[in-house]
Amino acid sequence: IRPGGRERVAFKMAERGGRGSGHGSLDKSITLPPDEIFRNLENAKRFAIDIGGSLTKLAYYSTVQHKVARVRSFDHSGKDIDNEPLYEISVQEEITARLHFIKFENTYIETCLDFIKDHLVNTETKVIKATGGGAYKFKDLIEKKLGLKVDKEDVMTCLIKGCNFVLRNIPHEVFAYQKDSDTEFRFQTNHPNIFPYLLVNIGSGVSIVKVETEDKFEWIGGSSIGGGTFWGLGALLTKTKKFDELLQLASKGQHTNVDMLVKDVYGGACQTLGLSGNLIASSFGKSTTADKEFSKEDMAKSLLHMISNDIGQLACLYAKLHNLDKIYFGGFFIRGHPVTMRTITYSINFFSKGEVQALFLRHEGYLGAIGAFLKGAEQDNPNQYSWGENYAGSSGLMSTSPDVYPMQRTRSGTFDMLEMDRLERPLVNLPLLKDPSTYIPDTVDLTDDAMARKYWLTCFEEALDGVAKRAAASQPDSVDAQERAEKFRQKYWNKLQTLRQQPFAYGTLTVRSLLDTREHCLNEFNFPDPYSKVKQKENGIALKCFQSVIESLDSLGWEERQFALVKGLLAGNVFDWGAKAVSDVLESEPQFGFEEAKSKLQERPWLEDSYSQWLERLKEGPPHKCALIFADNSGIDIILGVFPFVRELLSRGTEVILACNSGPALNDVTYSESLIVTERIAAMDPVIHSALRDEKLLLVQTGSSSPCLDLSRLDQGLAVLVRERQTDLVVIEGMGRAIHTNYYAVLRCESLKLAVIKNSWLADRLGGKIFSVIFKYEVPCK
Amino acid sequence: MNISQLTFGSRIQVLQSNRAAGSGGLDSGGLLHNGSSVLLRFRHNTATVTALNCHSANDLSDLSSLYMYSDFLFFPSLNPLFLAFPWFGMDIGGTLVKLVYFEPKDITAEEEQEEVENLKSIRKYLTSNTAYGKTGIRDVHLELKNLTMCGRKGNLHFIRFPTCAMHRFIQMGSEKNFSSLHTTLCATGGGAYKFEEDFRTMADLQLYKLDELDCLIQGLLYVDSVGFNGQPECYYFENPTDPEQCQKKPYCLDNPYPMLLVNIGSGVSILAVYSKDNYKRVTGSSLGGGTFLGLCCLLTGCETFEEALEMAAKGDSTNVDKLVKDIYGGDYERFGLQGSAVASSFGHMMSKEKRDSISKEDLARATLVTITNNIGSIARMCALNENIDKVVFVGNFLRINMISMKVLAYAMDYWSKGQLKALFLEHEGYFGAVGALLEMLKMTDDQ
Repeated sequence: IRPGGRERVAFKMAERGGRGSGHGSLDKSITLPPDEIFRNLENAKRFAIDIGGSLTKLAYYSTVQHKVARVRSFDHSGKDIDNEPLYEISVQEEITARLHFIKFENTYIETCLDFIKDHLVNTETKVIKATGGGAYKFKDLIEKKLGLKVDKEDVMTCLIKGCNFVLRNIPHEVFAYQKDSDTEFRFQTNHPNIFPYLLVNIGSGVSIVKVETEDKFEWIGGSSIGGGTFWGLGALLTKTKKFDELLQLASKGQHTNVDMLVKDVYGGACQTLGLSGNLIASSFGKSTTADKEFSKEDMAKSLLHMISNDIGQLACLYAKLHNLDKIYFGGFFIRGHPVTMRTITYSINFFSKGEVQALFLRHEGYLGAIGAFLKGAEQDNPNQYSWGENYAGSSGLMSTSPDVYPMQRTRSGTFDMLEMDRLERPLVNLPLLKDPSTYIPDTVDLTDDAMARKYWLTCFEEALDGVAKRAAASQPDSVDAQERAEKFRQKYWNKLQTLRQQPFAYGTLTVRSLLDTREHCLNEFNFPDPYSKVKQKENGIALKCFQSVIESLDSLGWEERQFALVKGLLAGNVFDWGAKAVSDVLESEPQFGFEEAKSKLQERPWLEDSYSQWLERLKEGPPHKCALIFADNSGIDIILGVFPFVRELLSRGTEVILACNSGPALNDVTYSESLIVTERIAAMDPVIHSALRDEKLLLVQTGSSSPCLDLSRLDQGLAVLVRERQTDLVVIEGMGRAIHTNYYAVLRCESLKLAVIKNSWLADRLGGKIFSVIFKYEVPCK
Repeated sequence: MNISQLTFGSRIQVLQSNRAAGSGGLDSGGLLHNGSSVLLRFRHNTATVTALNCHSANDLSDLSSLYMYSDFLFFPSLNPLFLAFPWFGMDIGGTLVKLVYFEPKDITAEEEQEEVENLKSIRKYLTSNTAYGKTGIRDVHLELKNLTMCGRKGNLHFIRFPTCAMHRFIQMGSEKNFSSLHTTLCATGGGAYKFEEDFRTMADLQLYKLDELDCLIQGLLYVDSVGFNGQPECYYFENPTDPEQCQKKPYCLDNPYPMLLVNIGSGVSILAVYSKDNYKRVTGSSLGGGTFLGLCCLLTGCETFEEALEMAAKGDSTNVDKLVKDIYGGDYERFGLQGSAVASSFGHMMSKEKRDSISKEDLARATLVTITNNIGSIARMCALNENIDKVVFVGNFLRINMISMKVLAYAMDYWSKGQLKALFLEHEGYFGAVGALLEMLKMTDDQ
C-alpha cells in the first residue's frame, strides 16, 4: 500500500467465458481504480466506440476542472507598497477540454458498459458513434446498456480521420522500427505537411489507402492475405488458437526448416553468383515432403515471413505506382507487436531497396476511435484546435521485448489510455524557422544516448523529493496538499521508472519531455504553480533594484554598457530553480544577490563565445527592426537581466516582442506575470512606458507551459506578430530554451542563444565547468 | 593450361592473329590425328571449345598439341562436325527437373551403325516409355513433332521428375555410363549449380550451366515460333469474368513485346521483356507453386500436386475465406468492393467452430485461390508500374491447373477493367529446358 494512498472504490470485472479463456496468466477478475480508468466520466459527453476483433477502444470528451494560479495586480494607491507583495496570487478553478481514449479487451466490454452507465451523469448524450467490425456485433448490447443510440460510422473514414489527427497533434507520433539497435524506435519529427501518405491497414485483410488531404482519400488496393490469414492459417497449422500465442510461437521458430531458400535451390553456389542464399525462394517449399514433421514454431515463423513479405512487397508496388514515400502501417497485425513490425520493416527495406521507410504510429490502435469521435464532434470543430498529449494520463508505448517484460505486456493488453488536452490556442511553426520539416527542438536524444539518459533520469529522481516538498509548501492552506504532493511524487517516480525501462514510451526521450511530464503530473494533482510564491517574492525584490541597475548601466560608456547588459542577462539566468545546483544555493542562501551571481559567471572567453561579433554587429550594422525575446525566469532574470536589455534595444529603435509562457512551469515567468511586471517597470521607466504606449514593446504568450521551447508549436498570435513586425532578431535565453532545446535550431534571421550552464554534468559534456557561459550569436548564411 | 583439362566451354587464347576464322567469329572444327574431334568458336582472339569428342582426356596431351593441329582449324571444310548426340536440355528447379530430349528421326544407316550401344539404348528407353522409375514422366501430349534443329530433323520430348530424385537420376547416368558418350549436358535453373559437383563426381559428367532467365525467354520464343504441331502455342481466355462464357482461345504472339513474363515454379519470378535479349527481372515472390503444395500437404495430408489439385477442384474456398460480404453484409460501396471479393484469405479459420467443420477439399481450394490471386495482384501491379499490358504466365504451377489460369485471367481483366490480358502457353513449364538445349545448339548454328 502506497503511503498516502486512499482506499479506492474498486469494481470487479469478472471475466466471462469464451474469448476470455485465452487470457492464460491473467487473473480471473481484475480490480480497477475508477480514478485511474474512465476518468472524468461525470463530465463526459460525445462517446465513440471502436470495437475490433479483440480490443475495444472507447473515446469520450470531457471537461476537466482543475486549478490554475492566477495573478492579479493590487490596487496600490495610498498603500505602503514596501511591505505588500507585488501582486495577488489566487488559485482558481478552470475548465478545460480533454479527450479520453481507453483501450481494453472485448472480454470486459459488458462490465465496462455497466460501469460507464453507473457513472455517467450527463444526460445530454443521446448517441454513441461506433465503428469497427464489432460495432455490428455489439450494437444491441451497447444500446441496451447505455441507452444510447448507436450511430455507425465507416471504418476506413474513421481510421483516416484519426490518423490525420494524431499526425497533426502528437509530436513523435511516428516512428520507424529498428531491429538490432539499442533503441528499437526511431521517432520522426512531425512534418508540417502530413499529406500525401499511404496507410496500409493490416486487419484480417489488408487495405491500402492513399490519403491526399483531410477529406480526400482513396482505396487504391488491398490484399486478402493479412492478419486473418496469419491467424486462420496459423491456427490450422499449429492448433494454436490465439493471435498473440501464434506470434509468440513465430518468434521462437526457424523458418529455414520450412521454407525453401535460394541456397536450397542453388546449393553453395549462391555466394559466387552474388545471390543472397538466405532469401526465401518458396515459402513452405520444404513442407512438400509428406514424411517430415514440422514444428509449430517453425511453421508459424514461416507463415509470418510469408505474410509480412507479401504485404511489404505489395505496399512498395503501390507506393511506387502512386509515387509516395511515406507508408504508415496499422491494424491488429502490427499493433505494438515487435515481431511483425520487424518483418514488415525488413520487407519494405528489401523490396524498396531502402527507398521507402516503413513507419508506425504510437497510437495506431486508437485511430478508429479517434476518427469516430471526431465524426461525432464535428460541431465542436476539434480540428480547429491544437491538442497536446497528456503524459500524466497516458499509458505510453509498451516495451517491445515480450520476453523481458511479459507482465507489463499482459497488463497493457488490459487497459491502455491516451488523454489529450485541448490547448487554448492553436499552435503553429515560428515563421522564422529555416526549415520546419527538419527542425528538431531537442539537443540530445536520450533514447539514443544511454549515458545522458542515465544521468538525467537520476537527476530528476534526486530532485523529485524537493519538487514534491515545494509543491506541498506552495499550498500551505490546503489540508490535502501533503497527500497530493505524495501522490504526485509517486506518479512521477513511476513514470521515471517506466522511462528507465522503456525510454521510448512517449516518443523520443529528452530533457524537455522529462520536464513536461513533471509539469503534467503536478497539474494532475492540482499543483498548478508551485513556484508562484517564490516568483512573487523575487519579482518584488528585483523590481526594487531595477532603477539602481538602470542608473549604473546608464553611467557606463556605450561599449562597456553593451557588455554589462549581456552580463546582466547571463547573471539573471543564474536564478533558476529548475537547475538542481542552483535551487540548492537559493534554498540555503536566500540573500544570494545579483552581484554574487555576476561574480560566479565564467570570465571571457566563454565556453561558446561570439560576443565580439555581436558587439561588432551592434556597432556597425543598422538597428534591428524587431527583436523577439523568449524570456526565462521570473524575478531577477526578467527584471534585471532582460528588461535593461530590452530597454537598450528600444533606445536603438528596435521594436521588441517579449514572449513568455502561457502557463506556469517551474519559476519561469508567465505571460500574466510579465504583464504586471512590465506595468510596474513602465511606471518607473519612461523608455519602457512610451514603448508600451506606442506598441513598440509587445507582450505575447508562447502558447506553451514548458520550461523548454518547441519553435514548431508556438501560439498563432505570436507567429502573426513576428511576421507583421518583420522580426529580424530572435533572442533565446536560458538552459531549457537555448541549450536543452534549440541549441542547433537554424533560423532565417539573426539569433542570440545565451545561457549559463548550471549543471556540472552538462558543463562537463560541453567541455566546460559549472557556470560556464554560452553566448551564441548566429547570422543566417546568405 | 594443360590440354587434358580442355572441356566443353573452355576458352583458349589464340596467339596467332592472322587466322582467317578468328576475325569473323566463325567456328572451326578439326579431327585430331588420334580420332578426337574438337570444335572451336572464335571471337576475336579467343577460341571457345564448343564441342569436344575425345576418347579420353589423355588423347590431347598438352596445349602445344593443339597448335600442332592448328592447321586444321584453318580449314573448316575439312571435317564439318555435328554436335554429338544425345541432345538434352535440362532445367533443374527447386521442386521439378524439366528435361527436353531431341530424338533425331533422320538417322542414316551409316550413323545407326556407328551409334554406340549406350546412345541407342538411351534413345530407345526415353522414346518408348512414358514413365521412368517411380516419379519420372514424359508429357507425351506436349511432344513437338518433325522439328528441325541444327540441321537435324526429329521430335522434341518433354520429361519431368522431382528434384528430390536428382541423385537417382545421376546414379542412373553413372550406371549407364553416360560419360562415355562425351556429350555435354546443358543445364539451367538453380540445380545446375547445386548438382554440378554431384554430376562430376558421381557420373563423371560435366554440366554446362546456363542462365535461367536467358533460357526461359529463348525457349519461350522458340517454342512459340515453331508452334505446337500446327496449333498455336499461346492462348488466352475469352470472357474471363463470366464463368459461363469463359473460353480458351488461341492468341498470336507474333508481336510479344513488351511482355511481363510471370514464371510460377516453386516461387515466382517476374520479368519485363522488351526484346529478344533485352529484359529485366522486375521482382519475385516466395508465394508460388511450392507454397501451394507445401501448405496443402500440411493442411490436408496430400502428397502430390495432382492430388492437391484434385481436392481443390472439389472444394469451395468461401467456407475458408472471409468475403467482403461476411464483414460488411454486402458490397463495401465506399471503396467499390464487391461483396463476393475475398477480404481475408483463411479469415473464417480464426473461428474454432469453423476450423472444426472444414473439409480438406475446401482448404485445398482456398490455398490454391489464395496463392493464385496473390500472384495475380503482384503481376498486375508490376504490369502497371512497367506500363505493360500483356502478361504471360508460365511455369509448372499452371500444369493441369485450369482453376488458377481462369482465376488469373479473371483477376487481370477485372482489376484492370479490361486493360490487361493474361496469356498462357501450352508448354508452360518447359521453356527453361528448351532454352538450355537451344543455347547448346546455338554454338554450332553458324555452321
